[in-house]
Amino acid sequence: MPVVKFTYALKRFYPGLKEVNIKASTVADIVKKLDDIYPRMSSYIIDEQGALRKHVNIFIGNSIIEDKISLADKVSEHDEVYIMQALSGG
Amino acid sequence: MSSTKNTLLIGTRKGLVIYKKTSSDWKYAGESFDGIPVSYATASPDNKIWWACQDHGHWGCKLHISRDQGANWEEVDAPKYAEDDEIRDGLPATLKYLWVLQPHVNGDADHVLIGTEPGGLFESKNTGKNFELVRGLWDHPSRKEQWFGGGRDYAGIHSIIVDKDNHDHRYVGISCAGVFETWDGGQQWEPKNKGLRADFLPDPASEVGQDPHLLVAHPINQKVMWQQNHCGIFRSIDGANHWDDISEPNGVANFGFVITLDEKDENTAWVVPAVSDEKRLAIDRALVVCRTRDGGKSWEKLTNGLPQKACYDIVYRHGMDITGDTLVFGTTTGNIYLSDNQGDNWTSLNHNLPMIYSVRFI
Repeated sequence: MPVVKFTYALKRFYPGLKEVNIKASTVADIVKKLDDIYPRMSSYIIDEQGALRKHVNIFIGNSIIEDKISLADKVSEHDEVYIMQALSGG
Repeated sequence: MSSTKNTLLIGTRKGLVIYKKTSSDWKYAGESFDGIPVSYATASPDNKIWWACQDHGHWGCKLHISRDQGANWEEVDAPKYAEDDEIRDGLPATLKYLWVLQPHVNGDADHVLIGTEPGGLFESKNTGKNFELVRGLWDHPSRKEQWFGGGRDYAGIHSIIVDKDNHDHRYVGISCAGVFETWDGGQQWEPKNKGLRADFLPDPASEVGQDPHLLVAHPINQKVMWQQNHCGIFRSIDGANHWDDISEPNGVANFGFVITLDEKDENTAWVVPAVSDEKRLAIDRALVVCRTRDGGKSWEKLTNGLPQKACYDIVYRHGMDITGDTLVFGTTTGNIYLSDNQGDNWTSLNHNLPMIYSVRFI
């Protein structure tokens, strides 16, 4: 199963946050299933139409996902998926 | 008259700041959500539930409640637009901003309304466990073509008024669309903008497309309504059937964002004017509050205790409040000023807060 790793910034909202393995075939699947482990987490990552939030990045390995609208990028058994906070704000 | 509320919730760009009144003074009493913008914070009238609307830059708009006066906060689901909701044809609707929260609708502590950008009014009857979009307003035939953003990208509902004697009778103020009224709890809405002026439209008298920066009703006689509008200050004495321009001719009481009403006298109000829309600065770099005691026929400047040079403060639409004779306002440059005598004299509570979005006595 792909492993999902998180930016430290999300620990503020999920103090017990740690990497998780999630059975999924797409990034969208992963984000949806995160809610089962960490309630409401999908709302931190995507908007209500399923698009990646403007200041959030998701990587598969070292590559930023291509589909930020529906998160249809495929993930495979041994992928590492990183949910990161963009460097922005002030 | 003495002050009746003893807590002040200040929504800032870097969190919620709390002041409490002691026997002699208002004192800093802590913060919540450090570093997270709080667009609006308020409490139920019995002070048992506090609400905080967040505009988190990275993670989206969030909504929190506290049942122990801010000691602990719980996140509840923020309003969500449905999959097929569109701002305009082909442009999906997503929650952009939580503008205002009206607690205790229908006398029910669990019943709240939230006004949002991009123009949706949401209702929850279970303390935020879930919100429903008020379809009657969202589906108003004027919305897709005639509502638009003012200051932000899309239209926003920043003002909500519920008739204290008939809870199905409500108003909203929308930038930019105008004032809308419902008599059936939100199914049917009518624009109520006669007498307003939108100098930024080809037809300034257009029934839709007006820009009320803030809409308020007198707490005792709610037919007396006021608005600080983009194009001046307006007042209605018949429940928004007609608006009169009460801006100060050749004076400073014209453009601004906030307007606050006396709790008893329906002819008394305060505004904090600014240089008009193309600059948005303190007038002559001096901070001035204007007060009328005659329903807007005349305005007086109140400046005692306020900076009169090198000042760049303006006050946003939810940045002023009143309890008894005590007025408070917070500014875009992080100053809080308080007056215990209806604005005759002002003292500063703090010069070093972040940008202030809202202040509410609770």
